[in-house]
Amino acid sequence: MVSSQTDNQQTKSSAKPVACDHCGLPVPRGLINESADKQFCCNGCKTVYEVIHACGLDPYYSIRQRAEDTGQLKKQKASTSSRKYSEFDDDKFYELYCQRLDQLRAITETESQEDMDETSGGRFAIDFYLEGVHCAACVWLIEKLPMVCDGVLEARLNLGKSLVRITWDRDTVELSKVARMLDSLGYASHPAQGSEARLIRTREDHKFLIRIGAAAVCAGNTMLIAFALYAGMFSWMEDQHRELFRWLSLAIGVVALAWPGQIFLRGAWAAIRTKTPHLDLPIAVALVAGTIAGAAHTFRGVGEIYFDSLSVLILLLLVGRWFQHRQQRNADDAVQLLFSLTPRSARLVDCKEQDESNITQLFDNSECEVREVPIEGINENDIVEVRAGGVFSVDGDVFAGKSSVNEAILTGESRMRDLVVGDHVCAGTVNESATVWVKVRQAGEGTRIGKLMQFVEKFAREKSPSVALADRIAGYFVVIVIAIATLTWLSWMFIDSTVATEHAIALLIVACPCALGLATPLTIASGIGKAAKLNILVKGGSALEKLAKPGRIYLDKTGTITKGQTTLRSFSTTSTQNKSFTDTQLKAAILLIEQQSSHHIAKAFVEAFCADDSIVDASYDLKLGEVEQLPEGGIVAEINNKQIVIGAKRFIESRNITTNTNVDEYVNSIINEGLTCVVIAADNKITAVAGFGDGIRNDSADAITQLKQLGWQVGILSGDGQEIVDEVAQHVGLNDRNTKDEIKGGMSPEDKLNVVKDHEQSDALTVMVGDGVNDAAALAAADVGIAVNGGAEASLSAADIYLAQPGLTGIVELLVLAKRTTKIIRKNLLISLSYNVIAVLLAAFGLINPLVAAVLMPISSLTVISLAVGGIWIGGKRRL
Amino acid sequence: MSVIYIVLPLALVLALVALGAFIWSVKGGQFDDLSTPSLRMLHDDEQIRKADEDDENDADEAKKN
Repeated sequence: MVSSQTDNQQTKSSAKPVACDHCGLPVPRGLINESADKQFCCNGCKTVYEVIHACGLDPYYSIRQRAEDTGQLKKQKASTSSRKYSEFDDDKFYELYCQRLDQLRAITETESQEDMDETSGGRFAIDFYLEGVHCAACVWLIEKLPMVCDGVLEARLNLGKSLVRITWDRDTVELSKVARMLDSLGYASHPAQGSEARLIRTREDHKFLIRIGAAAVCAGNTMLIAFALYAGMFSWMEDQHRELFRWLSLAIGVVALAWPGQIFLRGAWAAIRTKTPHLDLPIAVALVAGTIAGAAHTFRGVGEIYFDSLSVLILLLLVGRWFQHRQQRNADDAVQLLFSLTPRSARLVDCKEQDESNITQLFDNSECEVREVPIEGINENDIVEVRAGGVFSVDGDVFAGKSSVNEAILTGESRMRDLVVGDHVCAGTVNESATVWVKVRQAGEGTRIGKLMQFVEKFAREKSPSVALADRIAGYFVVIVIAIATLTWLSWMFIDSTVATEHAIALLIVACPCALGLATPLTIASGIGKAAKLNILVKGGSALEKLAKPGRIYLDKTGTITKGQTTLRSFSTTSTQNKSFTDTQLKAAILLIEQQSSHHIAKAFVEAFCADDSIVDASYDLKLGEVEQLPEGGIVAEINNKQIVIGAKRFIESRNITTNTNVDEYVNSIINEGLTCVVIAADNKITAVAGFGDGIRNDSADAITQLKQLGWQVGILSGDGQEIVDEVAQHVGLNDRNTKDEIKGGMSPEDKLNVVKDHEQSDALTVMVGDGVNDAAALAAADVGIAVNGGAEASLSAADIYLAQPGLTGIVELLVLAKRTTKIIRKNLLISLSYNVIAVLLAAFGLINPLVAAVLMPISSLTVISLAVGGIWIGGKRRL
Repeated sequence: MSVIYIVLPLALVLALVALGAFIWSVKGGQFDDLSTPSLRMLHDDEQIRKADEDDENDADEAKKN
């Protein structure tokens, strides 16, 4: 590989970025290995490249190149984990997620059926949700799995959903090995949740499509027949042929109404029974009136038949609904699959001896083994191991180990809590710094988070469904049309009683709000589609409609306005500067030292200093000696043979490093701001003081200003302390007098729920934005609940809308889009209603004939369709 | 024009056959995923052969070693 080496030489002189040989992203300068052929930006890419190469799957790169050339590729790093996936081999896991496919085997093998049931082997299939799937080459790579992993029979990837269906033979290969293979290719696999629900919905989709197919067949044939009949009107046509055509038309028309058209009749019936207005009602009235009149005319042998218009109408309405249905389904599926990312396994500790009093010692003597098992296989009093960075999967008490826990997802509190033996931990919270062992008290539905989930589900069920604008109008519409029809009939009875019924029925038919029935679903479908392009998943059309009018919006603080993780907020060197290091050198030294630690403060230091190239550059010139992490809460390290101590003030003092009043004052001011204080000493002198807090997202202030400009009242509901919330509010420009009351700290999940519910009673719209479990109840109770990226499972299921990108900018985009969608729906309502008014007037005066109706209907439909689809996409680009 | 009595039902039968084919394809899952198959067909045949050869080469090398 001569070329990459010349690349490297260039890098040294002109700093031209070297592209990673796996993912194509630039390789960080520190990782360039001049002696190697291939350069990688990270270990993940390196591992994946090696595996791909070893398996002879190199064509992956040429396919990838092609995808890149056509601009379909989004470059992203590959990441692998060293997970063992051993829980995938557990019997409980098979029961939960795998389907057995044994029929085929029974044919190919001579074994009798009874023998087979005794063995645990056989063919199985499972749906995995894969992380990191992004392009056409991934499809190729993943579907080559049977070639590189013996025993895998088939792998089929659905790129849009990142869902792969794997069929494998359990006798030949264990599922954990398959998962490890996928992992080493850079795709972490998660068993997909809700397989059964997905199956049911796929069947529903099939039914819907078949209905559309049937409607299309009916519409096509009645149109052909109608064409012959219209032609026959102007030229000569034998009466017997005309009769044949009319009878066939009737037959097909009745089929169209009874099979695909049934859905409208049912909808109308449900609307009557529940006394809620629905668009299906006027549609059904027109369909039934048209069919009855057409049938009567066919029997009599004179008069108009309407079957061609009716069957086309059924087809168009179904197609419109299908688009809306599919867009909502896509969003719903995407959210459903996100559930799969939540860990479903726990590391169960199995000890041979029952005496578990000193677990670490038992580990040293290797008397205990750790197995990954599905959550469902965990019982009370089991011991579970949770590694640093892992999520507690059970409620329980710390049994051994020492760490800190991030409970933001449950409480909204952004500061870490230290964990010692005996402390209680809750499922869903994150273990931040070190491995701990937990004695299980509750697992699964019995956990606090599980109970909250049930509460949320109950709430979501009880929430009254909103009536869409089009449906509300349809309610009045039916009443008005029937009134005018009756009036027409009565008036014509005085003028010419023979045509009265005919005119009244013609009116009922032309009054069918077909443009309305078509336009609303199409507009909502394009709105949801546009939102998905902006990484906003909208689960239902009514949410978009509701968001169009400004109201009150409550934001959660932790994870929504802020990043929800510790970040460096202030860093200042003291006046008694130590001359051993310059400022940059000092930061570089801290960077080098903290890279060795997994503590959340260390991560924050690294994140902050890595962004600055001059610090990274300076760190190359420093020599890192021994690094020692002390359990008292600090790090002692040697840089260029000088000692650097980083830790809490107490820790620094305990190492006999003197402080002065100046430092004390500064430390106190940081603590007063609600930040965590860390002191850095070099060469036994305090050189710098750093403050850590939850970092505010870059776009929060802008987004909140825009929200206010759009006319929304913005408030904050947070579980964190009032002073921290006030500080954040100040930063994002929410400190004026009007909003003062709406900035609320120290809120429990119940408090949040009550605030939202109180406003529910007033007419104004209430929107809740949040990410944690503590917001879930409020999200479910609000008129519209919006869950933001990184949220917990509970908040996902409670919310109507999910923002798949971090930050609040998405909310502003969403609101603008909602406004536009509703505007177009209204415009469409107006247009289709004015067409209807014209048609109804013509019919009332007996001026309507099939030709006028045949011209009016497609024109009105075309106008609203072009507005619905074009308005969102073309207009959208201009404004957003 | 009595041929119409044969042709018209025939047209309807053809339409029914088309509908039957459509129902069969829907139930077979052909409309479940509309994006991936289009990518799959682009690189299926040719690339499998390449990978096969590579595998063989690797296997050969393994034997030599």
